[in-house]
Amino acid sequence: MTVLETTDLTITLDGQPLVRDMALRLAARDRVGLIGESGSGKSLTALALLGLLPAGMRATGRILIDGRDHRDASDREWRRVRGRTLAMVFQEPLTALDPLMTVGRQIAGPLRLHEGLNRADAQRRAIDWCHRVHLPDPQRLVHALPHQISGGQRQRVALAMALACRPRVLIADEPTTALDVTVQAQILALLDELIEETGVALLFISHDLPVVAGLARHLLVMRDGRLVESGAADNVLRRPRSDYARHLVRSAAQVTRLAPTSVDHGQTRDISDSRMARMPMINESGTEGGQS
Amino acid sequence: MLAYLLRRVAWLVGALLLAGSAVFVLLRVLPGDPAVTLLPVGAPPEQIESIRHQLGTDRPLLTQYGEWFGGLFAGHLGDSLFTGIPVLDQITARLPVTLPLALTAFVLSIVVAVPVGVFAAVRRRGLAGVAVSGLAQIGIALPIFWIGIVVVWLVAVQWRLLPPGGFPRAGWAEPAAAIDSLILPVVTLTIAQAALLIRYVRSATLDVLNQDYLRTARALGYSLPRALWRHGLRNGAATVVSVLGVLLAGSLIGTVVIESVFALPGLGSLLLTSVKARDLPVVQGTVFLMTATVLLVGLAVDVIQRVIDPRLRGSA
Amino acid sequence: MTSVPVLETPRPTAGRRLRRGRWSPSLVAGAVLLGAVLALAVVSLVWTPFGLDEAQPDARLSGPSAAHWAGTDRLGRDQFTQLMLGARTALQVGLASVAVAFAIGVPLGLLAAAAGRLVDDAVIGLIDIVIAFPTLLLAMLLVTVYGASTAVAVWAIGIGISAEVARLTRISASRIFTQDYVLAARTCGTRPVMILVRHVLPNIWHTLLVQATLAFGIAVIAEASLSYLGLGTPPPAPSWGRMLQEAQSTVSVAPWNVLLPGLAVAVTVIGLNLLGDGLREALDPQLRRDRRVVAR
Repeated sequence: MTVLETTDLTITLDGQPLVRDMALRLAARDRVGLIGESGSGKSLTALALLGLLPAGMRATGRILIDGRDHRDASDREWRRVRGRTLAMVFQEPLTALDPLMTVGRQIAGPLRLHEGLNRADAQRRAIDWCHRVHLPDPQRLVHALPHQISGGQRQRVALAMALACRPRVLIADEPTTALDVTVQAQILALLDELIEETGVALLFISHDLPVVAGLARHLLVMRDGRLVESGAADNVLRRPRSDYARHLVRSAAQVTRLAPTSVDHGQTRDISDSRMARMPMINESGTEGGQS
Repeated sequence: MLAYLLRRVAWLVGALLLAGSAVFVLLRVLPGDPAVTLLPVGAPPEQIESIRHQLGTDRPLLTQYGEWFGGLFAGHLGDSLFTGIPVLDQITARLPVTLPLALTAFVLSIVVAVPVGVFAAVRRRGLAGVAVSGLAQIGIALPIFWIGIVVVWLVAVQWRLLPPGGFPRAGWAEPAAAIDSLILPVVTLTIAQAALLIRYVRSATLDVLNQDYLRTARALGYSLPRALWRHGLRNGAATVVSVLGVLLAGSLIGTVVIESVFALPGLGSLLLTSVKARDLPVVQGTVFLMTATVLLVGLAVDVIQRVIDPRLRGSA
Repeated sequence: MTSVPVLETPRPTAGRRLRRGRWSPSLVAGAVLLGAVLALAVVSLVWTPFGLDEAQPDARLSGPSAAHWAGTDRLGRDQFTQLMLGARTALQVGLASVAVAFAIGVPLGLLAAAAGRLVDDAVIGLIDIVIAFPTLLLAMLLVTVYGASTAVAVWAIGIGISAEVARLTRISASRIFTQDYVLAARTCGTRPVMILVRHVLPNIWHTLLVQATLAFGIAVIAEASLSYLGLGTPPPAPSWGRMLQEAQSTVSVAPWNVLLPGLAVAVTVIGLNLLGDGLREALDPQLRRDRRVVAR
């Protein structure tokens, strides 16, 4: 069942189109990767899907959430879906969290907001979520402030916040870009585990093809505000149709082939575990997520 | 935190000593003989001598310095040259006018400026938001005494609602009259201080609005007011508190001008008349006291900031 | 952490940007307002409607008229003449105070940023102490010793503002000192003075220029306040602050005399503030990047 669908999505700033005729569809358990270089409009697309475009930008086209067009929805209507139907994780976990609020209260916030839990219950659920995102010593950690924990732990907190109210679509905008390579692999593994466990549909946005390839079953490639390629991950990786996608695949293949020689063995193991290294020769059978 | 407090108090004591020395140096050591400037041109030398003796400026500088600090520690700031009344008594006699004026204006300006400033930030693209920041900009540019004169003209002269100035001779023994005579000064000082604070609150709020964590909150379903309430209060306060220190000090210093506009017998007018009369001990004592207050407020601000923002605690 | 180390001083394209004609509304408005005040001051050098002390006893406290554009005061002196000459005083005292403030503040700030921890702490302490002596208190101390004069006003205002200038210089300069390209230059053995001249000053001058326009505005208000209290420029030199002090006693019969000097101060200060805002927008490349605000 389709949760989120958009067609002909165009985003303009002062009449200048920044994103043109974007289309995507997400149903339960879908894993869609959205690739493009910075400035290609992928983050704007994500913000438009949540009705959070920066002031001055306009979206046209359709944004269907559970079948209802939300493009011109009121703030009230948007708030009903944000956090509950759709949730988002951002790139920079340090700035995405309030520096002066404890981790526990930040995770508990959406629970209190959407499910009306009282402070104690919400805190208990926050601790549960810390367990689920494998944060060490949750009882103590919920009282920590963001600057007191590591970058990877912060992104785990952001994931817990986003998933706390059991949304059906998770939009992850470059969630690992700000992290070290090893931490990146751990977060990708966690993301994989959480979407399996919760059944949430994933829209994974990145400029980094190997990272996306490890998680997504369906790939969308954007350039200069337009969708240049869309298809099952295997097809796109093996037989890219557009020049740009071909270019992306080729350069990614070079990087991953070089990688094992440039890093020591312990780390390479981690990376291959995260399914990044197998990128150029994907032969996974489970590509039923192909749609649109 | 305790170690920090101790260090900070030690710093305060040092700063007070320095400030006291600065006052002393400015008044006694810099070229220029107070005794000469005090008397009319061509006064006989023996008169100058006697004034010097009365001022104590005929004694060695170091002795004077020692006496000045000895007096500070003993809580004795000297006697007025003209009335002979101890400076400290004169100051305490003026506080019932100045303190209510400065503190009420300080509190009122916060009460007015915080909501208005947040409003101006949230609606910064709308007409109302632009109008508010424009008015604040104008308020900052107007001299406070001009605001005072206009307020007097409007409320006291045109509408005859309140007295244009002065303070009941019986002071707070006549509470109604005392309050009446403080309303316009408080309003004037509040307008001036609020204009400044609105600007800071607005930019602190804009800063919070621009933060990623606010976007996170919005993405998770918080409405803008709720997100601002949840995240803006602490984060905005961390910035605004430092301004409040400046503002409180400004309220205190502003009373010098305000009391002159409204002919109020407060600390500021005591200072002003003493400056004009060259009543050295009174100027010295009052300035030191005001400076000490400013330094003390600065200390309080630093401590409060650390309580609000634990990230500061790591640094020296 | 993701920034690419830049090994060269980014060339300030500020001047070019201004010349290219990126005049924002605030820059234009500020320039116009300040230009008007400046014009009054300059014209007063060669011409004023009346002489400064030319009192006309039969025209005391007359309202604005063809002969007296801004009316007359209680001695029958032309108010417009006083306004023009007051503009001169305000700009002169303002400029001189800003000069004093920068002559003290900038070297102190640079010293604190460039020298070691000990000097830095000492300068910060000094700044804290000076900040504890607001301009008004400083002026009062100086007036007690020297009597009221323009020079005393300039020194008091200048020293008062210098603390803020030093603070800002120190912050902006130390930000540059920790940049990668400065570290690179230091590793290459470039002398600190050369680093100052080649890297630091070119990168902070626009911040200082903006600060100077704002400080100018503060100085103009301070000058007016000191004159109002009788602590500034002594008579007969005209001053907006003293005009207001004199007009206050006649406000019930001649309220217009209060209006104009106050507006003159406001126009000057708003002009300077707008100019500062405009310069900041035009000169600071950091501010030009698009700001993302989720609010609506």
